[in-house]
Amino acid sequence: MIQGGSADSRTVVEGLAEGPVVFLAVPLSLWGGLDLDRGTICDTTHPDVGRTLAGAVLVMPQARGSSSSSSALVEAARRGLAPRAIVLGAPDPILTIGALVADFLYGLHIPVVTASPADLDRLRHAAYAIVDAGPGGARITVPIRPARPEAPWDRS
Amino acid sequence: MPPSAYDDGVQPPDDRTGHAPSARRSRDLVILSLDDDDRALLDGGHGPGAKAAMELLLRYARVVDAESFVPIASAHIDGCLYHGPSGLDFVNRFRALGARVRVPTTMNVAAVDVTQPPLHRGDPALIAEQSDLTAGYVALGCMPTLTCAPYQRIIRPRFGEQVAWAESNAIVFANSVLGARTDRYGDFADLCAALTGRVPRSGLHLDARRIPRLSLHMSTIASAGLPRDLYFATVGYVTGTRAGSLVPVLSGLPADTTEDDLKALGAAAASSGSVALFHATGITPEAPSPNALAALDLPTLRVDATELHAAFARLCPVAPRDPVAAVCLGTPHFSWREFQDLAACIRDAGGPARVPVFVSTAREIAEAVRADAMAASFDAFGVTLVVDTCTYLAPVAPDAPGVILTNSAKWAHYGPGNLGRRAGLLDMARCITSAVAGVVVSS
Repeated sequence: MIQGGSADSRTVVEGLAEGPVVFLAVPLSLWGGLDLDRGTICDTTHPDVGRTLAGAVLVMPQARGSSSSSSALVEAARRGLAPRAIVLGAPDPILTIGALVADFLYGLHIPVVTASPADLDRLRHAAYAIVDAGPGGARITVPIRPARPEAPWDRS
Repeated sequence: MPPSAYDDGVQPPDDRTGHAPSARRSRDLVILSLDDDDRALLDGGHGPGAKAAMELLLRYARVVDAESFVPIASAHIDGCLYHGPSGLDFVNRFRALGARVRVPTTMNVAAVDVTQPPLHRGDPALIAEQSDLTAGYVALGCMPTLTCAPYQRIIRPRFGEQVAWAESNAIVFANSVLGARTDRYGDFADLCAALTGRVPRSGLHLDARRIPRLSLHMSTIASAGLPRDLYFATVGYVTGTRAGSLVPVLSGLPADTTEDDLKALGAAAASSGSVALFHATGITPEAPSPNALAALDLPTLRVDATELHAAFARLCPVAPRDPVAAVCLGTPHFSWREFQDLAACIRDAGGPARVPVFVSTAREIAEAVRADAMAASFDAFGVTLVVDTCTYLAPVAPDAPGVILTNSAKWAHYGPGNLGRRAGLLDMARCITSAVAGVVVSS
């Protein structure tokens, strides 16, 4: 638990975003797994089915699945239902190209970062996180309590 | 052996601390070198569309730790399946920039068969939306092949050729059966590759990443006691479950294994796992010789008949006499040869079918079938050819209660989630006799 702490990680896609943490211990394929009308997990075999990813900091130790997940991410972003930031255990080309295209088409920044297994584990019980992914590296901060419900850069 | 290139998810401890590696994965600094062609693309020498595509690929290259780019001979696009307006926005952005593909580019399936609107049971607006998206890709110079089996066309990649293919079954076929070289590309990256004619040199483009890492000794077809198509479907499904994302080498397959058998095997392995390349001893072009295989000293697993039957049971949760709603064949798209097998099954079964029988294929193969003598028997039996799409995506099966039967492990794996329908994997002959009976027959 890193209440009030922060951890360094690697920037995959730059950006600054914050939101409630959704930690998925079981990897989710966004294609077929994310309801694009609601922004919620719709894979009925997934333990977190029904949770919303819209506006969340999505933490997924392992990415999974269909190469169409990049399309699902961009379409969710277009509808304002995408996660605000994505934290992974290892770089994932599928989600990365999705985040890049969300920026390319709509100017929407979804930072993507990778974190160490230890830091991922500390995010498991975090309620809220701020992801600051710059060119030199990324920093994930878990405030003691959310600084404010919504920051101005959240709706870029 | 190369360093831990294959060991997805298994990270060695950090040399200095002995602890788990940092987020940087304790690897050496990767320097990406650009050649004159790369620079010309980035400088806009091939137009603003190619420049934008190359800029996206440059970011992608850093994620996959590529040290250079590699020119490709062809591309196969999966992004032409309509998911929503963003897909159209992506294509239209490149159209506005005057972009054009730089290599021969084929297209994977669409979301709907636009040639037969009455078959479509989903949102009617999808037909126009999909038509717009297809037209957008065609305007960029892509060929509207609309098939997930582009390797069944006359022109296909040669051994050793570098290509950028999307769609998991096409990827595993190109790598494994043809010996061409593609990494796992997906939506957006596929079009960027086509517009630039290059991809980051990483993954399965590299010699070292194509070496098998796991040896699977398969039960022979005789000891498995399964019909031929079920044998290859279950062998593939178990291969994906066992291998995950590792490159496996399979032994024990019959010497007369055909391309259609390998197609079914690969599609199944890419569904239950992330298999993008497999080798089959004595069958596929890059499989190691017995001596080379022994020298690799790979971890080895035996897959016995019990395991194959367990995979079959998992993919066929149906019982004899269960009502059948429809039969869906052609995932991946049926080849000319598979249509001949189907014609033989129909001859043996008598018929006609009491439930619809849908067979997905490419437009050009459908045309050849419709011009052939077998078309009359298909019509009499009640076969509907579906083109451009796949029946596990496009809702064509009627809402009648009952199970959908298929001889495709891929359909049985994805169909229930995509369509909310029960599915059962059976061999083609039993699918057809069940279609005649209207219920699952026992053998």
